[in-house]
Amino acid sequence: MSFVSRGFRGRRRDSDADPNRVPPGQYVTDGFPVLSAGPTPHTPLEEWTFSIANGGERKSWTWEEFRALPSETVTVDIHCVTRWSKLDTTWEGVSVDTLLEQVEHEAPYVLAFCDGGYTTNLPIEDVTDGKAWVAFVYDGEPLDPEHGGPARLLVPHLYFWKSAKWVRGLALRDENEPGFWETYGYHLYGDPWREQRYSGD
Amino acid sequence: MARAAVQRRLTWQVATVDDVVHETPRVKTIVLDVPDWPGHRAGQHLDVRLTAEDGYRAEREYSIASAPGEPVAITVERLEDGEVSPYLTEELRGGDGLELRGPIGGHFVWGPENGGPLLLIGGGSGVVPLRAMLRHRERAGNDLPVRLLYSSRSLDDVIYREELDAASGGVVEVIYTLTREQPPGWTGHARRVDSELLNEVAWPPDEDARAFVCGPTSFVETVADGLVALGYPPVRVKTERFGATGR
Repeated sequence: MSFVSRGFRGRRRDSDADPNRVPPGQYVTDGFPVLSAGPTPHTPLEEWTFSIANGGERKSWTWEEFRALPSETVTVDIHCVTRWSKLDTTWEGVSVDTLLEQVEHEAPYVLAFCDGGYTTNLPIEDVTDGKAWVAFVYDGEPLDPEHGGPARLLVPHLYFWKSAKWVRGLALRDENEPGFWETYGYHLYGDPWREQRYSGD
Repeated sequence: MARAAVQRRLTWQVATVDDVVHETPRVKTIVLDVPDWPGHRAGQHLDVRLTAEDGYRAEREYSIASAPGEPVAITVERLEDGEVSPYLTEELRGGDGLELRGPIGGHFVWGPENGGPLLLIGGGSGVVPLRAMLRHRERAGNDLPVRLLYSSRSLDDVIYREELDAASGGVVEVIYTLTREQPPGWTGHARRVDSELLNEVAWPPDEDARAFVCGPTSFVETVADGLVALGYPPVRVKTERFGATGR
């Protein structure tokens, strides 16, 4: 018999949101909460680069070169492991497909790396075929540093810690090497629809 | 970076409420008897899950307020538009069951092995995991100097006030700043934490202090930026934030 919390009825605050868009255990927020492990980095744009590291080789773009790449505007739902979801968020970014096109590789995984030393791991099929972007505009404005600006990864179909803030590149990997939060017990993959919050979920 | 991997599976279990302690008009500490608790580190959190009779569920996470080795406790601030915090602070009482799992998180943690001195900076209920660190240090018989800078709206909103006042002295310094309302004759700080206040309170960067900052986003943002501006290496400044999440 499953446990019932005596006297709990719940406010069901999400009743006006389409339940098919809210993964289990999540609630919808209109705010945009911030979560990060340390101080917000402030890398000047003239020092910023984005790189694809492929073994010993490296393909890099300066901010100007990166911004000259074709970009897309997407409207997506995002889901944070701390249980808030935010629907219909609009971003502009460069598709990861566009970046990976310029590199010959057969790597099955990527490890995103960021200012501040943060990393997160992803299977290659989760960042290709129009599933991931390096986003630099949120809601029509340049992405705020506390939300990951100048640019963050955007992988909306996974928990939002996978959408690494202050991203500076992707390292192509043969192994699924755990990133920062994954090392601390968060799930290696992080599918919100299967509630993969922590290792073993 | 310490790579203390926590790869144990976290399963839900029903704890029993042992005690509910009134901290402030809006804040209560819930002391729990957890049958199968693997132990925790100071600064970690846990997940709470509430289930209504028809199966409706709501989950939230809370910082653990107690030191390793003490009974598990969480300290909860009632948010007016919250769903879980009003239940925990108003409805829950001794003997009730509470479903939880944990501990979670391995970054925002401190133990004597991590060294110091310690700089703990909390805003509002952001003091909770810092209190766990302070108690842990005390219980471990550790003598590293510690400064706790605690920003609160008013003196009545200060959580753990008696305990913090009692702990203060010698190498433990507790510094309050009351941002909205000060009692008559208050001689302490009376404004939001800014770079000037940090300059006054924070250990000089060459002391190699471990800084832990917890509170609302704008508070954490200001304090963390301020510490980096003072010369703290970003890796020495660990943060935990509460967004406007309607917990």
